[in-house]
Amino acid sequence: MSLLVPDTGLLFWMVLSFGVVVFILAKYGFPVITRMVDERKALIDRSLEEARQAHEQLAAIQAQSEEMLRRAREEQGRLLTEALETKKQILGDAREAAEKQTRIQLEQARKEINDMKEKALREVRSEIAALSVDIAEKVLRGKLGNEEEQKAVIERLLDERVIYKS
Amino acid sequence: MKRSIRNLNNRGAESFFRFFCLLLFLAVAATTGAKAQDVDVKKIVFDHIQDSYEWHITHWGEKPVRIPLPVIVKGETSGWHVFLSSRLDRGNTHHGFYIAAEGPYAGKVVEKNAAGEEVRPWDISLTKTALALLINCAVLFAVVFVPVRWYRRHPGEVPGGFVGAVEMLTTSIVDDVIKPCIGRRYGKYAPFLLTAFYFILVNNVLGIISVFPAGGNTTGNIAVTFILAFSVFLVVNIFGSREYWKEIFWPKVPIWLKLPVPLMIFIEIFGVFTKPFALMARLFANIMAGHSVILGITSLIFISATMGPLMNAGMSAVAILFTVFMNCLELLVAFIQAYVFTMLSAVFIGLAQAEPEKARN
Repeated sequence: MSLLVPDTGLLFWMVLSFGVVVFILAKYGFPVITRMVDERKALIDRSLEEARQAHEQLAAIQAQSEEMLRRAREEQGRLLTEALETKKQILGDAREAAEKQTRIQLEQARKEINDMKEKALREVRSEIAALSVDIAEKVLRGKLGNEEEQKAVIERLLDERVIYKS
Repeated sequence: MKRSIRNLNNRGAESFFRFFCLLLFLAVAATTGAKAQDVDVKKIVFDHIQDSYEWHITHWGEKPVRIPLPVIVKGETSGWHVFLSSRLDRGNTHHGFYIAAEGPYAGKVVEKNAAGEEVRPWDISLTKTALALLINCAVLFAVVFVPVRWYRRHPGEVPGGFVGAVEMLTTSIVDDVIKPCIGRRYGKYAPFLLTAFYFILVNNVLGIISVFPAGGNTTGNIAVTFILAFSVFLVVNIFGSREYWKEIFWPKVPIWLKLPVPLMIFIEIFGVFTKPFALMARLFANIMAGHSVILGITSLIFISATMGPLMNAGMSAVAILFTVFMNCLELLVAFIQAYVFTMLSAVFIGLAQAEPEKARN
């Protein structure tokens, strides 16, 4: 029977010890633990949120950089083709110019050569004319000793002239 | 992989078998040394379950090893006395106090009053259970303040090991028991309920460990569970809402149940007291029964000592297996009872926090 009857002395000790335990633990024990856990929970939530944001930002930056890279590549391609075209054009222009120059020079050379030739011919001709005049003079001086012969020459010359003209 | 697991299992089974053989050997050796004498199982069990003025640890040969504890009594005329219980050994009388051998106060310190009748003095002796309570409270403080100190030194860090275990247990009790049972205003009651939970758990677990300084039967004592239940009763009724009291004194039932005979009101008031009573009785009965069963089964070894070595060995084997099993079961019960006590307390507190239906919707 005494098993089911609370003992006063034990009641006293139980009230004392449990009272002290509740007072101390409920004030300085468990609130600390639960507060710390809550704080850490909040910290983890915050960190997760921050990580998510950072991830998003990173993704945005990546997309941006990829976009930039793509644009740069396009630009590069465009520049390359342009440069090729320019090169082709420059080469073509240069060739054309060179050809033109060459042609002009050739023309000039030819003209000079012609001029020189003509000049030389003219000189030769005048030389020949002078020579022939000289020779003719000398021949004439020799031949035109008498009157008959002078008349014969004039006659012949006139004939020639007439024949030539007719 | 499979084979290694099987190996491990084999090894585990083997080591368990070895351990079992060792226990068996020890049990048989212990009993063969003892003289064939009648073993009073009832006395063994009751001596353990009931409180006593000394802490009997073991027998070393024929000599009992025990710690005498202070007896604190206030006689009817002689005032306060404090002395060690060893002065009352073998029926000795000290300052007129002695331990009653029989009668309604058997086993308690009594004195004779002027009329020559045996009466109980005011007795707040530091008995075995009281000392066990104090020791368990010290352990409880360690269990709680080790983590608290760790948290103070490592703000924002995640604990492991013991601190992590305490944290896990605490958060699971708060999140799975206290929060859903009480509802919105759980924060106010959580520290009290957590304290009750850890108090019961520590006392239950230390009660299973059968070696001094653990092993006191604290939560299996009705005085202890009475105070626990009474504190819950106080919390429930002091912080009860207006709606809670209205439901008790004017419940929503047909009027003829309330007038002229206040039948429902009587039942409701009765319920106010039965709830904590159930808390008290459940915890007390579970733990006391567990201790009794373990002790009873262990006593089988000593009972069978007189029945010849073969019978003794066989019974010892069975008893050891059962004791190991019961200890595992008691470990489970230790947790479950703490859990159930906390949960029901939370439910009762939650019910007392009832809000009017309009506000609830």
